[in-house]
Amino acid sequence: MNFPKNLMYTKTHEWVLFAEDGSAAVGITDYAQDQLGDLVFVNLPEKGDPVTAGESFADVESVKAVSDVLSPVTGEVAEINELLADEPQRMNQAPYDSWFVKVQNITDRAELMDAEAYQAYTASC
Amino acid sequence: MKLIFEKGRPGRGTDYLGPCDVPGIEIGGAKRERPLRLPEVSESEVDRHYSLLARHTHGVNDGFYPLGSCTMKYNPAVNEYAASLPGFTQVHPLQEADTAAGCREVCRRLEGMLCEITGMDDMSLQPAAGAHGEFTGLLLIKAYHRAMGHTGRNKILVPDSAHGTNPASASMAGFEVVSIASDENGFVDLAALQAAVGEDTAGLMLTNPNTVGLFDPQILEITRIVHEAGGLNYYDGANLNAIMGIARPGDMGFDVVHLNLHKTFSTPHGGGGPGSGPSGCKHFLSPFLPGKDTPESIGNVRSFGGNFLVAVRALAYLMTIGREGVPDAAKHAVLNANYMRVKLADLFPMAYDRICMHEFVMSLEKLKEETGVSALDAAKAMLDHGIHPPTMYFPLIVHEALMVEPTETETRETLDEAVEVLRGIWQAAHDDPERLHLLPRTTPVRRPDEVSAARNPRIRYDFEAVRG
Amino acid sequence: MATYVPVTREEEAFMLEACGLRQLDDLYGDVPSSVRLRTPLNIPSGMAEMGVRREMERLAGQNTVFPAVFRGAGAYRHMIPAIVDTVTGHEAFRTAYTPYQAEISQGVLQSIFEFQTDICELTGMEAANASVYDGACAAAEGCEMCRERKRSRILVSESVDPKILSVIRTYAFGRDVPVETVPLLNGVTDPAALAPLLKEDVSCLVVQQPNFFGCLEDLDALTQRAHEGGARIVVHCNPIAMAILKTPGECGADIAVGEGQPLGIPLSWGGPYLGFMACTAKLMRRLPGRIVGETTDAEGRRAFVLTLQAREQHIRREKASSNICSNEALCAMRAAAYLAAMGPNGLKQAALQCAAKAHYLQKALEEAGLAPVYPDQPFFHEFVTECPDAERLLAALRKEGILGGLPLAGKRMLWCATEMNTREEMDRAAAVVREVIRP
Repeated sequence: MNFPKNLMYTKTHEWVLFAEDGSAAVGITDYAQDQLGDLVFVNLPEKGDPVTAGESFADVESVKAVSDVLSPVTGEVAEINELLADEPQRMNQAPYDSWFVKVQNITDRAELMDAEAYQAYTASC
Repeated sequence: MKLIFEKGRPGRGTDYLGPCDVPGIEIGGAKRERPLRLPEVSESEVDRHYSLLARHTHGVNDGFYPLGSCTMKYNPAVNEYAASLPGFTQVHPLQEADTAAGCREVCRRLEGMLCEITGMDDMSLQPAAGAHGEFTGLLLIKAYHRAMGHTGRNKILVPDSAHGTNPASASMAGFEVVSIASDENGFVDLAALQAAVGEDTAGLMLTNPNTVGLFDPQILEITRIVHEAGGLNYYDGANLNAIMGIARPGDMGFDVVHLNLHKTFSTPHGGGGPGSGPSGCKHFLSPFLPGKDTPESIGNVRSFGGNFLVAVRALAYLMTIGREGVPDAAKHAVLNANYMRVKLADLFPMAYDRICMHEFVMSLEKLKEETGVSALDAAKAMLDHGIHPPTMYFPLIVHEALMVEPTETETRETLDEAVEVLRGIWQAAHDDPERLHLLPRTTPVRRPDEVSAARNPRIRYDFEAVRG
Repeated sequence: MATYVPVTREEEAFMLEACGLRQLDDLYGDVPSSVRLRTPLNIPSGMAEMGVRREMERLAGQNTVFPAVFRGAGAYRHMIPAIVDTVTGHEAFRTAYTPYQAEISQGVLQSIFEFQTDICELTGMEAANASVYDGACAAAEGCEMCRERKRSRILVSESVDPKILSVIRTYAFGRDVPVETVPLLNGVTDPAALAPLLKEDVSCLVVQQPNFFGCLEDLDALTQRAHEGGARIVVHCNPIAMAILKTPGECGADIAVGEGQPLGIPLSWGGPYLGFMACTAKLMRRLPGRIVGETTDAEGRRAFVLTLQAREQHIRREKASSNICSNEALCAMRAAAYLAAMGPNGLKQAALQCAAKAHYLQKALEEAGLAPVYPDQPFFHEFVTECPDAERLLAALRKEGILGGLPLAGKRMLWCATEMNTREEMDRAAAVVREVIRP
């Protein structure tokens, strides 16, 4: 299981990468994709949609389940990752390259953990 | 297995119409330009094609089908005879009423019997399936509250053990869904219910016997709590087979019900439909029923009066078994389930170990921990014995669930055989678990790849790919 | 009493004992005694098959089966090759449940896959589902597919069958979505009236091809207008007409739905029928209900499975866009078998004969004194005439074994002819008309 040091994590297993311009990329963690199994589709919001920290902004589908993905930050969707629609397996194969959305105009953030804290947290899950 | 599009030859086919006895004409408007790539096959090819498909299909007539929650009982032959009468099949739905008196009488009688069995006062046969009946019933609740000026009653309470259709139907009817926890016995947690009801409660949807196969003994308490809060009680008839002729939803405090004629009343399911999901209600909701000529009616939920030929079959069934046969069927459905349950309980832990109704839920969680053999593996192993597996992974509140519903029309020999098969699978799971992951062995295909099917959906034949 | 319970009294005692019980009533300990029925149900006693058959035959005999039918309006009498009954009569198809267990359901799954392909071919669309309850429900579900956060209003042309409109309204009442109708000009949707109605909150326009009055709509123009207004278009189309008319797909429509009853399904007083739904690839994941997909099995063989299931109610629960689970699978198989038997040429012949006979009938009726209401509009197999005294005319036709057209408001009548109607029948109907309206 992989826990990159440059990312921050939520208790609901999303990762967030803050860029220097103040925007943030968001995806689901290695632990999340492992628990969810083979992912087959992701429902993403549209560019310009508002997202709220701690609330669902997308969902991922496996064959027999669907799971909400919660936003680690409050802001506005600046970009969505269109690649995931055609190659949903990327979310399993490379979870930390598979950002779902980039969020800008960030005004709030959920409670976040660093890699070490998140690794300890997953061990207790 | 070849698709019908991969059989035949261009230009092959049978003329079923003969020459036209009036002059041909050229009609106006824009014409189709794309080629119409339908099969070009001989009649014998059509016949053989479907015979082969039939051999690759398991129906109730092929073997035991204990699919929990689906009530796969025998579909009597006389029902089919009645439904094939030209006096029923050749009647146009918009014929003048006096030329369809027999059809109307079929519906009137069936509605009457279903009202008596459910304790309801009125019934509509319009809904075409159970989920359609749920949607209809919830619209009655919505229209009723609206007519009464009850603003703000916009929440429907649904136990967490409910079928997925319940919350989906509530949502389609514009309600917000509030999930109510089940207690450790699988029953509604009364404290949670009491805490959830209020001035925003539109109603409660309940399946009783519930989806773990138990009759909730607190039923009168439950319906009272909802009524006192100003909500209505909705009865999901999916499991009526256990109690028909024994107890009636109308006497338990329910205001609206739906039934599944293709489960409880022996009509066949046709590989996914047609079904029929009549909506019944108490007097005060009657003006809201679909298809009624009242200002309060919710309108129509489908074009004509309903899946009429399904109603014909259900009526034939009720005429055959009659007042004595209805409770007798229920009791034997329950007896068959309990018989299987006690014969399996020592190896397969029951999710709720007590006398069940028409079905029971086993948890294979322990088996999986011990051997790695899952509910899915056990189900697939049953296929090699000519048995359709029980419902898997439902209800969601039980892990590694297998839900078994034998129905009343199975013989004791069949039940004994199925018990032996399941016990054998348990033994095999301990002796050679690896082998079970590779089953079934006797079917035309084995464990299709559902992941790639969903990742790269191919949902129609690709004619171009063949040419290229 | 007839029974389908095979367990004998002796077995019953043995089984009860195995359960540690004495009598059947002991099974119901959880049912409070206050809700137990104390008296038998007030329904008739059971009877043996001979009696049931006699009674069912008597009831069927109370209906009139018309040898000649000139009524359609959403339910059409067509030639059904005998092979359709033969192949769909297999017990396995009839008595199977929804194909959850792919290994023992390949037959049903493949038949649905073939049906989905047929529907895509007929409508010119890219994706189709396994069916819904009927054509009206298909239209209502089609509208739901178009709903967006900021666009929910539904526009329905007044030339859409009022029964379909009624069902769209009922579904919209559930979702609290507004429905507006688009006025007509000379029997077809008025494009000029459409423009001002296409506001920013409109999700879709629903039209019917051919429309309720039998007239052909200009689908190209309507699709273009709807798209210009930022809305989608749902076309409710007659599947037999699709053999010769420009398809919704060719016109750029987003969704094509319809009533599949004309494809080998008997009239049956209104059901079971067959709702079909097709759409563009882009909208595929918004389709409600079952969808069958092709894949490979563990040994690389072609296999079919229920797919894209995470859209559906059993997984998505209150977030599912539809609650549908049971559909009309056996009717879908009838349609697929019908299309396989008829083939592309047979279906085209059926469509051409429908059109030829409807035009012959229209002319014969006109000559007999029933003027067409929309004489300039092209039509397929239905048309509207003036009809001063529908009641008398229908009574006179009935004496000849003829089911006349459907009376409409404003002293009009909607007629239909299919390949089943003979020239002799049509001449006879015209003769009756002549007698009734010119005394």
